Amino acid sequence: MAEFVQLWVYLSSTPLFGLTATLATYVTAQALYQRSGHAPWANPVLWSVLAIGTVLLATRTPYPVYFAGAQFIHVLLGPAVVALGWPLWQRRIELRTRGAALVLAALAGGVAAAASAVAIGWAVGLPPEVLRSLAPKSVTAPVAMGIAERLHGIPALAAVFAVLTGMVGALSGKYLFDLLGIRDWAVRGFAIGTAAHGIGAARALQVHPDAGAYAGLALGLQVLLASFLIPLAARAFAAG
Amino acid sequence: MDALRGFALLLLWQAAGEAIAHGLGVPVPGPVIGLLLLLPGLAVPAVRRVVGAAADVLLAHLSLLFVPVGVGVVTHLALLSQYGLQLVVVIVLSTWIGLAATALALRALLPRAAPGQEPPRG
Repeated sequence: MAEFVQLWVYLSSTPLFGLTATLATYVTAQALYQRSGHAPWANPVLWSVLAIGTVLLATRTPYPVYFAGAQFIHVLLGPAVVALGWPLWQRRIELRTRGAALVLAALAGGVAAAASAVAIGWAVGLPPEVLRSLAPKSVTAPVAMGIAERLHGIPALAAVFAVLTGMVGALSGKYLFDLLGIRDWAVRGFAIGTAAHGIGAARALQVHPDAGAYAGLALGLQVLLASFLIPLAARAFAAG
Repeated sequence: MDALRGFALLLLWQAAGEAIAHGLGVPVPGPVIGLLLLLPGLAVPAVRRVVGAAADVLLAHLSLLFVPVGVGVVTHLALLSQYGLQLVVVIVLSTWIGLAATALALRALLPRAAPGQEPPRG
């Protein structure tokens, strides 16, 4: 037993632990998600986060120890954001013909999400640094962190809010769209890419190719719009 | 091999974006500048082939990349338990508002789609 504990202490302190735990958990969660027929509640990010978080808390493993290994997956978010240029380029014809409508819709959704988050957060009495971390929550996590930093929010918290937003969108998008009578796959995909970024887009990709393509397009557009507009809006708000 | 070459190119574009963001003090995250710089590059067929292969792999497993940050929730449990209910209300409502605003705006802005669409399932 003592040897087992020693072995665990050794293994859990190497970067191998965080990397293995992340990949093995995700692959398992993904397999269960597929078996469930891509049910929204079986979202693999949600269950991976819950499972790994529970293990860290139960074994009293500090997050930095986990992250020492998980960072090798985390750094891939940078090139993944750059790679969003690819779906944008593939859909350049749609962008050219439907560009104005898409940009306007992305603006409407992005502004509605950010403004309602800050307004509702303020109304329920959240402290200012939490509000500043909430503003970029509809943008994909790595970019949300960058924006929160510029707004003097808490980048790690912004990333968590962004991930939670993506999960809410991926979990409930279907029901909301059905309720609103929105059947066009392009519109559904675009909305989920705008308001629920990468996690929503990942779900859209699995559900329908048109929804996936438009979600990727929306994700790219939202990243561009939010990166330029949220800091500007915050500056205008602070000055006025 | 294509995907690996494309991955190297994506990293180079990101590095260029980071260099511009930090070197010139542009208030936009480096990878976003990298994305903008990539778009003209995709006009070259050879770039398109390799970057497309890498991008397809990365974007197909996009949700995996959010797990490490998501687990970061454990470092903010105090704050989350203090403001948990408020945060749930804020995040759920604002996400629904964002989804509905985008979908309704786009449906109003696009020309009427052809009838006879498949029933929704996602």
